[in-house]
Amino acid sequence: MPPPPLVEFRQVGKRFGDGPPVLDNINLAAEAGEFISLIGPSGCGKSTLLRLLAGLSPVTTGSLLIAGQPPAQAGAELAFVFQEPALLPWHTAAKNAELPLRLRGAPAAERAAATAGALALVGLTDRAGFYPRQLSGGQKMRVSLARALTLSPKLLLLDEPFGALDELTRQRLNEELLAIHARQAWTAFFVTHSVAEAVFLSGRVVVLSAHPGRIQAEIVVPLAYPRTAETRLSRDYQDLVVEVSRHLRPPRQAACLVAPELQ
Amino acid sequence: MVPVPSVLKLRHLLLPAFTGALFVGLWQLACLMLSADSRFLLPSPLAVIAALRSEWPALSRAAFNTSEGALLGFGLAVAVSFALALALGSAGWVRASLYPYLMILQMTPIIVFAPMLVIWVGPGLPSVTIITFLICFFPLVVNTTQGLVSTDRQLVELFRMGRATRWQELWLLRVPAALPYFFTGLRIAATLAPIGALVGDYTAGSSAGNGGGLGFRTIIYSANAKYPALFATAAVTCALGFVLVAGVIVAARLALGHWHDSYERREM
Repeated sequence: MPPPPLVEFRQVGKRFGDGPPVLDNINLAAEAGEFISLIGPSGCGKSTLLRLLAGLSPVTTGSLLIAGQPPAQAGAELAFVFQEPALLPWHTAAKNAELPLRLRGAPAAERAAATAGALALVGLTDRAGFYPRQLSGGQKMRVSLARALTLSPKLLLLDEPFGALDELTRQRLNEELLAIHARQAWTAFFVTHSVAEAVFLSGRVVVLSAHPGRIQAEIVVPLAYPRTAETRLSRDYQDLVVEVSRHLRPPRQAACLVAPELQ
Repeated sequence: MVPVPSVLKLRHLLLPAFTGALFVGLWQLACLMLSADSRFLLPSPLAVIAALRSEWPALSRAAFNTSEGALLGFGLAVAVSFALALALGSAGWVRASLYPYLMILQMTPIIVFAPMLVIWVGPGLPSVTIITFLICFFPLVVNTTQGLVSTDRQLVELFRMGRATRWQELWLLRVPAALPYFFTGLRIAATLAPIGALVGDYTAGSSAGNGGGLGFRTIIYSANAKYPALFATAAVTCALGFVLVAGVIVAARLALGHWHDSYERREM
């Protein structure tokens, strides 16, 4: 018998109060170590899907299990990276990174070791003593990522973490994120608006449609890891970007809308 | 690494010194132009300085007494307002049930109750302290509460996801995030404290023992038409306010300078 999936959505539906359904009939399973991107138009519920996984909000119908448990009980193995860095401005990079361990009451020695390791992974060892306002946007996002990694999570939830960064910084962080993933093999759910980013990072791209949020398509990305800046130049990569884009747009509009993605 | 604080830069000293000198010069000139029999209407700067000198023993003793009331009332206001702000910040229903009455307390002219205060706690320092407390209290509690409930939502979620206890959320997140608001309230309260203490002394002071405070001097100088000495009393009160505000600014710099933008030592 194969091992059960780490994450399993079974016919999950979500609505807030009496409002219209935000997510409808979501069936999705993730194996340990998978990198899954969620992409779709505004209002497709991709951020809501992450919030369900994070246990910030309960499912309305269906069932959602993480390692066989409901999300609210699985918190210890899970870390979240927000769209904004969400750092405490009165703490240094190192103090920010160690916050989740501190909340858990971990001893100082353990915190220091985990923080040093996480800051090294994101390449910020020399910025450990800096306050957030002394860091660039990309560096703040790295601290935010380091904070998530100090927990040695099994499941990493990322809600458009690089959306506010310039394209070059975003590409570099994409490459670094994959390098860290290769060493730590957490399972990632990555919400993004960028088709290029989704294809570059993921083993699987899940395209959602809006109102209500449904899974429109699942595209396996067979590109070999490790992926590098070179990968973006390959024909296979660009074909996949076209394919995902096609699923993202209603067929009638696809022809005129896919082209800009390639420029 | 440490830049020179902007307040120490030469032009930040020279410019206000120049406008001040210009103002005092014009004032002196205006006094000289008054006819001899109307000169008493506006004491000249030189007359005020002379009064400051001649009245200094009485004024300095009064300033000391008023500082005592101002500091006690101010300190009491800080402690009580912080505790109350924690309660107000903890739940919407607490705010809903108490806020209107805080507003009423703020609108109430406290002076009206000064005679009652004298009966309840006795004249002098106890009454002065309570009046100062009541005057300083409101800006502190309003600002601190505002800070406690304005915590960034994402940071709150971060703490919730990290399974933070309510205690951790309060002391590691809400209170530090509220500090800039708290110091804003503190700065306002610091300007009010000496005035509150003077008004308290004026209405509920006592000259018994050590001779009363600046409010008491105000009564005596007005009664004796010693107008230059009245101006000198105002100047001394003003100086007390400056000292207190300067203390708050230094404390805010120490507490917030390393992370909060408004306390950054910026170039101008």
